[in-house]
Amino acid sequence: MRELFNLFKSFFMIGAFTFGGGYAMLPMLEKEVVTKHKWATMEEISNYFAIGQCTPGIIAVNTATFVGYKQKKNIGGIVATLGVVTPSIIIILALSGILEYIFDYPIVKSAFAGISVAVCALLVQALWKLAKTGIKDVYTAIVAIVSASVSVFFKLSPIIIVVACAVVTICYKFISDKVKGGKKQ
Amino acid sequence: MTLLSLCWEFFKTGLFSIGGGLATLPFLFGMGERYGWYTVSDLTNMVAVSESTPGPIGVNMATYVGSSVCGIPGGILATLSLIIPSIIVILIVARILEKFSESKLVKNVFYGLRPAVVGMLFASVLSVFESSLFNGDFLSGVNWGHLALFTVLVLGVFKIKKHPILFIGIGAVVGMIFSF
Repeated sequence: MRELFNLFKSFFMIGAFTFGGGYAMLPMLEKEVVTKHKWATMEEISNYFAIGQCTPGIIAVNTATFVGYKQKKNIGGIVATLGVVTPSIIIILALSGILEYIFDYPIVKSAFAGISVAVCALLVQALWKLAKTGIKDVYTAIVAIVSASVSVFFKLSPIIIVVACAVVTICYKFISDKVKGGKKQ
Repeated sequence: MTLLSLCWEFFKTGLFSIGGGLATLPFLFGMGERYGWYTVSDLTNMVAVSESTPGPIGVNMATYVGSSVCGIPGGILATLSLIIPSIIVILIVARILEKFSESKLVKNVFYGLRPAVVGMLFASVLSVFESSLFNGDFLSGVNWGHLALFTVLVLGVFKIKKHPILFIGIGAVVGMIFSF
């Protein structure tokens, strides 16, 4: 019960302090899930993000379900996911009358511009941490550079990148294992 | 009746939009067209607001659109309908993954996918930089005030390992003081 409450609380915080889409939750996720509660490693979070790119739904929701399931099976997955969406529901419904005008106030605009700069800084660190867990050798470095380039220059859909990387990696591992096996004989 | 169609539409959106919050946009446009619940310009405003308010964009858009069509019940039910398909799918995927977590094939695939995630995150960080640190895109020049705050915050983030909320708070306060 206590664990479920903690799951809800942490994901509520993550939902409340994520500004932007999927990846923007990464700094909060790293702090709450990896560092504070040790519910998952950075490597696992990275795996969840990769799966989330190819499964239906919002990535933040998918990641919450994954982490919750890992802790407390189905009920954990559901509780963590409800946690991550509750702040959005509360904030948007509470402000529904004034949402369209609130961003016309210069002071609100300024605050959010400042927040977006802070999110940039936090994302640099998140990127650094992900790179440390994902880039291990020459092959993974090439995969990272190629995926970055095709996303930036060709705006290739993430699902194509994920599927292509999976296929290429399976082939690469198959061949490199063969080569290593050959050397041993 | 409207509430029922709203739930059904958001359930379909959750089931068929792949790749995160903004992937739900085409479905939201389609909904507006078919039911006449809102116009394209209404939706554009809702997307802009959803990008700024806290919370994942996809969830914000669902709550906002749902509540604009059917009030508070609409907001809550639209959001729940949106997330139900992905909860079900992920619970199934998580169970399968748990079974095969020691499989060599699964390990190999993730070994190749983790750097791909790094690459894709790099690409989205660049686009966030473009809108937050530059004046819209890289060619229109640096916003020096934003860049100064960014530099200080990056140093802070790496040097003192404090909670992200602290840095978000600093960003908001500095933004208001210097009217960013």
